[in-house]
Amino acid sequence: MTAAIELHEASRAFGNVVALERVSLAVAPGEFFALLGPSGSGKTTSLRLIAGFDQPDSGRVLLDGEDVTEAPPFARNVNTVFQDYALFPHMSVAENVAYGLKVRGVGSREREARARDMLELVRLGDLGSRRPSQLSGGQRQRVALARALINQPKVLLLDEPLGALDLKLREEMQAELKGLQKRLGITFVFVTHDQGEALSMADRIAVFSQGRIEQLDTPRALYNRPRTAFVASFVGSANVVHADAARELTGHPRAFAIRPELVEIVAPGTPVRDGSIRCEGVVLDVLYHGASSRCRVRLDDGTTLAVAQPEAASAAAGLVAGAHVRLAWRPDAAVPLQD
Amino acid sequence: MAARVFSLQGRSSFYFALLLVPPLLWLGIVYLGSLFTLLLQSFYAIDEFTARVVPRLTLATYRVLLTQPAHLDIIARTVVMAIAVTAVSAVIAFPVALYMARYAGPKLKALFYVGILLPMWTSYLVKVYAWRLILAKQGIASWGFEQLGLMGALDRTLAVPVVGGPSLASSYLGMFVVFVYMWLPFMILPLAAALERVPGSLLQASADLGATRPQTFRHVVLPLALPGLAAGSIFTFSLTLGDYIIPTVVGAPGYFIGMMVYQQQGTAGNLPLAAAFSVVPIVLIGLYLALARRLGAFDAL
Amino acid sequence: MRSERPRPPPRWERPSPFTKVAATLGLLFLHAPVWVIALYAFTTEDRTYRFPPPGLTLHWFEVAFARSDIWAAMRLSLLVAAVATLAAIVLGTLAAFALARRSFRGKESITLLFVLPIALPGILTGLALLAGIRTLGLEPGFWTIVAGHATFCLVIVYNNVIARLRRIPPSWVEASSDLGARGHQTFAYVLLPQIASALLAGGMLAFALSFDEIIVTLFTAGHERTLPIWFYNELFRPRERPVTNVVAVIVILVTLAPILAAYWLTKPEAEVSSG
Repeated sequence: MTAAIELHEASRAFGNVVALERVSLAVAPGEFFALLGPSGSGKTTSLRLIAGFDQPDSGRVLLDGEDVTEAPPFARNVNTVFQDYALFPHMSVAENVAYGLKVRGVGSREREARARDMLELVRLGDLGSRRPSQLSGGQRQRVALARALINQPKVLLLDEPLGALDLKLREEMQAELKGLQKRLGITFVFVTHDQGEALSMADRIAVFSQGRIEQLDTPRALYNRPRTAFVASFVGSANVVHADAARELTGHPRAFAIRPELVEIVAPGTPVRDGSIRCEGVVLDVLYHGASSRCRVRLDDGTTLAVAQPEAASAAAGLVAGAHVRLAWRPDAAVPLQD
Repeated sequence: MAARVFSLQGRSSFYFALLLVPPLLWLGIVYLGSLFTLLLQSFYAIDEFTARVVPRLTLATYRVLLTQPAHLDIIARTVVMAIAVTAVSAVIAFPVALYMARYAGPKLKALFYVGILLPMWTSYLVKVYAWRLILAKQGIASWGFEQLGLMGALDRTLAVPVVGGPSLASSYLGMFVVFVYMWLPFMILPLAAALERVPGSLLQASADLGATRPQTFRHVVLPLALPGLAAGSIFTFSLTLGDYIIPTVVGAPGYFIGMMVYQQQGTAGNLPLAAAFSVVPIVLIGLYLALARRLGAFDAL
Repeated sequence: MRSERPRPPPRWERPSPFTKVAATLGLLFLHAPVWVIALYAFTTEDRTYRFPPPGLTLHWFEVAFARSDIWAAMRLSLLVAAVATLAAIVLGTLAAFALARRSFRGKESITLLFVLPIALPGILTGLALLAGIRTLGLEPGFWTIVAGHATFCLVIVYNNVIARLRRIPPSWVEASSDLGARGHQTFAYVLLPQIASALLAGGMLAFALSFDEIIVTLFTAGHERTLPIWFYNELFRPRERPVTNVVAVIVILVTLAPILAAYWLTKPEAEVSSG
């Protein structure tokens, strides 16, 4: 099957800053795909290459198998929801939504009808005559969505679509975007720096760092089997134990990652399960998170490990800073990392 | 992202050139070309017998400019006037700018802006003319002094050798007042803009830390207003240096740089000397800018 | 919007009485002379500037309107201002679009060039243009006046338009193109509506500036007489002085109308940016 989007060895530099270095990826039709990474990692540059706002210095961009590397944005069957929504302030909401039809020469009656349909789709049916400045942040986001969808693109690009919304609204919109994508059956590619957002929405995630893709995988695989120290700490903030410390603990000089919730605090007098890796240390601090508590433990060799304990367990253990604790985890909980 | 390029407009160099070439040609050829011609003229010679300009390069004109005491007098007179006008404009402008930037509410602030923009944009000549009416022998100024019983004070001031004269309208004092009046808005506006950028929290912090109002003004407001003061003073300084209408219409008979330029190119027909004289304000403004930078006037930017 | 009146700020955050009085006096100082002119247009005394005027009359308006030299000068000034403004709008807008976003080598020098005509003293511009005109062997007249005015009017328009263009987020242009608009459609539907008021304001300021200009014009006018030149000559002639005052009032009205319009056109932005 032809990929909906393909980046082939794409590179882009701005002056001396390399934003993207020989990045290749392929997005399948109908996929919900996330570009995840910290700011400056190359995820937005990739999105802009796909949209046509920018061209790679070398490499190619393919949409539906067709080379569009040099094609201008208006010639690509791809539409974008901008981070700042980019709604035109001098047009009404309906005019904004109908803009894509207007510039393609669609008659005004059909424009109005289809804009109304799109507004219905994003549940803003009665706000067509308002100005963007009269809308709330969440409503503007929906207008931007409706405007980008009216041309029936094969691919919808979303640049940090939920970044400007508050937490509760963000969670609502996550579910809504996911539902919308299912219903329309088109490819969604979205850029985010929020790993939680990427994990909960995407079918697959490309994790960017310093202009390269560190790992491209399903959310589960990324979380459970991170391949590099960067992915391990960026996605779900695992403990990364470097080679020297690893030899002390396991006997093998290979770096590994371990999730804080998979590290167990062994109560005094309780036997440790056979085969477990074990160590001892001093609690540095304890942060209460409601459903769980998170503490940092310094091991005898100086390594610091984060440990997450369910509320019940941590209350029972009476964790306080300065306490001496024994830690243990099963060998298969540790994920070996590439150097 | 940091690397947002405006690629849609910028991608095609052809369209870019199409946009930029006409205005660039205009300013590059008409304006820069003229300036260059002017500079060149200042190095041309004057034939002593026919009094015509000869396109032969020489430094003679600059020697004449810088060695004749009368010319140096003109330059000194203009510079002293420009400095005095700048200093007094700053003093008068400060409370106005401070009030409109810091204390006036939105309505009052808009009123202040209109109140400054209107006279600023009122016809230049009309304003100069108005001052001639005001300062004339039987004009409003005299009438005002008479009503206040201060006629004696006015007469005594006008009797002071350098600044005085037969009437306010024909004295350096009168000319000075007109200069200050004309350029005051150019001082107020940048100053107000600078003061507006000072966050109110800074003044509260200063007060919170125990500073009295004069102390806050001295240590917080004034240093942060310095860039505005510098910008405004460049206007008042440069405008005074280049003006030739005001000294012609109001004031004492002594010449100023601008008058000299106008007279030399016109009735005297000595374009090289006029050109050399017109270079003087540029050099002085350059020196002034360098001095302002040296004193740290732009550091707070 | 809060419905209740905010409490007055604490004493130390209010202006000192000195600041208040000085600010008021400063503003009055700026306005008084303009009113004096208006008053003198109605005086019955036509030889001296005696104050207060012995009597008031409308006679001088009648005299002024009957003078053909005033009308001719007025017509010339309006025509010069119109042509110079038109040229400035075209050239200034082109330059603003070219320089708004793109960065390239030598951009700083070009940007500097586009403020030079108002940064340097007017006398320099005037004399330079005169030197250029003489070198080319041109006859000073209508077109040389227009050329001089267009040069600094261009800067006014350029400044107004580029300031507005820089406030337009790049994403608006990208969004338009993304939705299928060609370059000319983006210009017509997105950019033009955004810069329209700035363009209009810049044009009006340029018009007012040109209509009133004397410093450059005296050098480039040759034998032509614009209204400011007429006015300037009149200052050294003692007859029928109140006619000069009448013309002064007319000049004020002609220049201030576009200035006020330009102010209202750009006002919303000013409030947003300062608030």
